[in-house]
Amino acid sequence: MKKTYLNEFHAQNNGNLVDFSGWEMPINYGSQINEHNEVRTNVGIFDVSHMAVFDFYGDNQVEFLRQLIPNDVNKILDSKRALYSPLLNENGGILDDLIVYHLGDKNFRIISNCATREQNNAWFKEKSKAFNVEVKFQEDASIIAIQGPNSQKVLSTIYDLNLKNFHIYQDDEVMIARTGYTGELGFEIISDQSKGLELWNYLIKEGVKPIGLAARDTLRLEAGLNLYGSDMTVENHPYESNLRWTVDHNDLKRSYIGKSAILDKDDAKKELIGFYTEERGVLRAGTRVYFDGGDGLITSGTWSPTFKKNIGFCRVDTNHHNSGRALLRDKEINLHFCKTNFLKHLK
Amino acid sequence: MADIPSNLKFLESHEWARVEEDGTVTVGISDHAQELLGDIVFVELPEVGKEISQSADIAIVESVKAASDVYSPLSGEVTEINEALNDNPEIINTSPYDDGWFFKIKPQDISEMEKLLDAGAYESSSES
Repeated sequence: MKKTYLNEFHAQNNGNLVDFSGWEMPINYGSQINEHNEVRTNVGIFDVSHMAVFDFYGDNQVEFLRQLIPNDVNKILDSKRALYSPLLNENGGILDDLIVYHLGDKNFRIISNCATREQNNAWFKEKSKAFNVEVKFQEDASIIAIQGPNSQKVLSTIYDLNLKNFHIYQDDEVMIARTGYTGELGFEIISDQSKGLELWNYLIKEGVKPIGLAARDTLRLEAGLNLYGSDMTVENHPYESNLRWTVDHNDLKRSYIGKSAILDKDDAKKELIGFYTEERGVLRAGTRVYFDGGDGLITSGTWSPTFKKNIGFCRVDTNHHNSGRALLRDKEINLHFCKTNFLKHLK
Repeated sequence: MADIPSNLKFLESHEWARVEEDGTVTVGISDHAQELLGDIVFVELPEVGKEISQSADIAIVESVKAASDVYSPLSGEVTEINEALNDNPEIINTSPYDDGWFFKIKPQDISEMEKLLDAGAYESSSES
C-alpha cells in the first residue's frame, strides 16, 4: 500500500489506518465524532497528501484550461486565487472534480482526487499536447488542511494572512489557499515534504488535533460538498449532480471538453438534493428513495454529529415534492428533502 | 490491543455473555467490536419477554460507519434491556463490558455456554 510521509505519525498517534484507494490513511484517531466536533468548534489538521498535485508550464495554460474544464479560468486571472470545477469527458460524464489555482502570471496548478491520480495524469498529458503545455505531476507533494473557526488564529502565528475565500498566498516554500472540504474557515497548505513535516509538527505542538478521513466525510456532507465516486461518477453529468453553477457559458464561443453533450442535457430529469430523517437508524448510500410519481437513490448517507440525525444526498427525479420514503431494515422511513448545504439550511 | 476479560464467554461474531449470580446471563458486544464499529449512534434492542434461540439475530448496533446485527449467545427469554443505550449509545464505546451491556436472558439451557469461546479462543479468532 502507498503511504504519505506522515504515515509514521498516524501510526504512532492512535491512527486507525485503512486502505483508502490503495493508500494507507487514518480513518480516525479514536473517535470520528470528537474529531468532527473539534473542527466545527475549534480547529483540526488533516493529512491529505494522497491527493494529486499537478503543475503546468508553458505560455498557453489559459487556453488549455479553458478547453479542459467547464468552469472558466478567465474568472480568476485578475488575482492569485482558486476555482472549483468538475472534469468532464466528451459525453459530459464527470471524470473527477478538482480545484485549479492561478499562481499568478498565468501559471496554474490543479489538485484533484486520490483515486483518479493516474487517470488525470494521463488525461492532462494527452489534452495539453495541442497547447504545448507541460504537465508535472508532483507525486511527493505535501498537502495539509487546517480547518475550523480557529484555523486562522493558529496559522497566524506563522503566516499572518488575511486571505479572502478561495484566495492564495505563495512564497518560495508554500502555497496556502483559503479552501477546504469542511464548510469551516480553513486553509490548505501545499509544500514539499520537509516543509510539510515542519508545519505539521509545529501545529501538533501548538495543540491542534489531527483529524481522520471519517470525520472529513461527515464534515463535507454537512457542508453540502459532493464526494467523487459516491455522489457523482462518470455516469453522471454536472446538471444532475448539483453542479450547474460550475458550468460557465458566459463566453458562448468557448469550447471545452464535453460542451456539446452538456448543451443537450439542459432539461435534466434527475437532480442531486439533500435529505434528512427524524427517525432512528441511518439510511446509507445505495438505498432506494421513492415518492408519488418518481424515485431515486441515496448517494451518501450518514449520522450527522452536528445535527444529531441522519442526513445525506440522493439523486431523484426532478418531480419530487418536499418529502419521500425509503426502507430501512424493512421499516418504512419518512425523508425530508432539502438543499444539500445542511450547515446553512438545517437549524 | 482490545480488552478481553477472562470471566466472559464469546461468540466469534463479538458478543459476550456473563452468567450472573441470579442465573440470568448478561449480553453485550466486545471491546474489539466497538473498536471495529467506531462511534455508536443507535441501538435497536429486543422487547422484554422475547424468546430467542442461540446465534439468532436479536439486536442491531449502528455506528456512524455501519449497521451490524447482534446475535444471541444463548437460547432463552429476554428479561431486561439496557434502556440507557437508547439515549446514550456511546456508552458501548466507553464501557463495552459494564455500563454498555445490551440485554439479559433467562437461559433455556445453561449448558449452551459450553459452545461459546473462552477469552483465549476469542482472542485468537478476532486476530485472524
